[in-house]
Amino acid sequence: MNNPLLNAIVRMGRVALFLLRVLGQCLPALRNPRLLVAQIYNAGARSLIIVMLCGLFVGMVLGLQGYDLLQRFGSESALGVAAALGLVRELGPVITALLFAGRAGTALTSEIGLMRATDQLTAMEMMAVDPVRRVVAPRFLGGIIAMPLLTAIFNVIGIFGAQLIGVGLIGVESGSFWSQMQSQVEHSDINEGLIKSLCFGVACSLMAVYEGFHAEPTAEGVGLATTRTVVSSAVLTLLLDYILTAAFLNS
Amino acid sequence: MGDSAPAEAVVDVRELRYAIDGRAIFDGLNLRALRGQITAVMGPSGTGKTTLLRLLMGAVRPDGGRLTVFGEEVALLSRQPLYALRRRIGMLFQNGALMSDLSVFENVAFPLRAHTRLPEPLLRRLVLMKLQAVGLRGAADMAPGALSGGMARRVALARAIAMDPELLIYDEPFVGLDPISLGVILRLIETLNATLGITSIVVTHDVEEISRIAHQSYLLAGGRAVAAGSPAELRATAAPVVNQFMKGLPDGPVPFHVPAPDYRTQLLERDP
Repeated sequence: MNNPLLNAIVRMGRVALFLLRVLGQCLPALRNPRLLVAQIYNAGARSLIIVMLCGLFVGMVLGLQGYDLLQRFGSESALGVAAALGLVRELGPVITALLFAGRAGTALTSEIGLMRATDQLTAMEMMAVDPVRRVVAPRFLGGIIAMPLLTAIFNVIGIFGAQLIGVGLIGVESGSFWSQMQSQVEHSDINEGLIKSLCFGVACSLMAVYEGFHAEPTAEGVGLATTRTVVSSAVLTLLLDYILTAAFLNS
Repeated sequence: MGDSAPAEAVVDVRELRYAIDGRAIFDGLNLRALRGQITAVMGPSGTGKTTLLRLLMGAVRPDGGRLTVFGEEVALLSRQPLYALRRRIGMLFQNGALMSDLSVFENVAFPLRAHTRLPEPLLRRLVLMKLQAVGLRGAADMAPGALSGGMARRVALARAIAMDPELLIYDEPFVGLDPISLGVILRLIETLNATLGITSIVVTHDVEEISRIAHQSYLLAGGRAVAAGSPAELRATAAPVVNQFMKGLPDGPVPFHVPAPDYRTQLLERDP
């Protein structure tokens, strides 16, 4: 088992099997909405500040860079469209997913890992309660629901940031900024971003709960699992992003 | 259930064999826990005491032999009947294993909420009664993180008896406790066993403490029970391994030194 390629394939298989096990418990988990709401709060509301803050900065940078690029072609009035499309289709879902992995994903992994290390998961099994149903499934679902919501907030704040710089500071005409955005951004663009963020939500939540559930039950093991969550979530997000982008551009 | 036979074995282990990575943990283990009694399972560290509990609860499966709990062979049970069996068993974990995101009250209520549909007022009274039994009714609203080790273990005990189990299993209940907490746990094990009429299995290496309350003791070594009997009988046994364990001698059949090359040769050999 020293072949890294083989190890990677084995790991993918394990994650896939775990996904099936979690999916099997998702419907029963939905019957306990109190747990689910708590997890949406944990994954979503607690990531809100960092997502809003980063959305603002990304939007402001987009305003600067977008203006610099567009004015070379004399089309700085298209700044609104450029910023909106860039955010909705690409930057919003991807950066939100990366932030989510860093904020909520690590929290999930260390929480579940600590439950493992302190025998809480074993204790549940001994009390005839399936920890995948009670602990993993609500957190997994909570992450998936929270991700598109966070992405939407990121996008809105980002567009506001771009407007702040483009219209407020540089002086692009406010009317063309908004009207071009309104006429050019299609439903399909919004859908693309939504589907992307849902896929990233599944990927990041899955990696977080998988790593936590299978963490070695020691302090060191939980720390390592947390690191692995961020690395795998980030790689998986960017890989999925490429695949989804290619698929959307083809269709 | 047959409560007519007084000496009925709730747990019956026969010729149990189990290995981890080719290393035999149990090799022909025989052990019985009789209804209504406190059975102590003792042994030096690393003799697989905790593994035995995992086997009892059906978390792992034996390689050979029979292991029955309430007359059912644990290894043959599928998930549903296994979970049904586990509901009849309460288990106290070494560190309590309380849910860190729930209050003391909710921790005790956890198995009740998971397995019953009791109306809230009834559930509340039931939980308070269980907490009263361990003397922690006043700590109902505390968070597990704010409890001392002994208190956490008492809460875990209240949780273990929440579903009124017929069998209570304790994993190292005395480890890391101050003398007062230790005395409290010891008395709780005894009174719960007597008043609830349940069967108790205590896995421990604290010979002195458990000898005061156990009806029957087993000493594990080398994958089998090397001695069985009342604590007094064990103490009187002449077998060297039993003698070493019961008296806490540093060297004996369980050697002080980990196997190593010859001391003198190793000290005198040239540096490579």
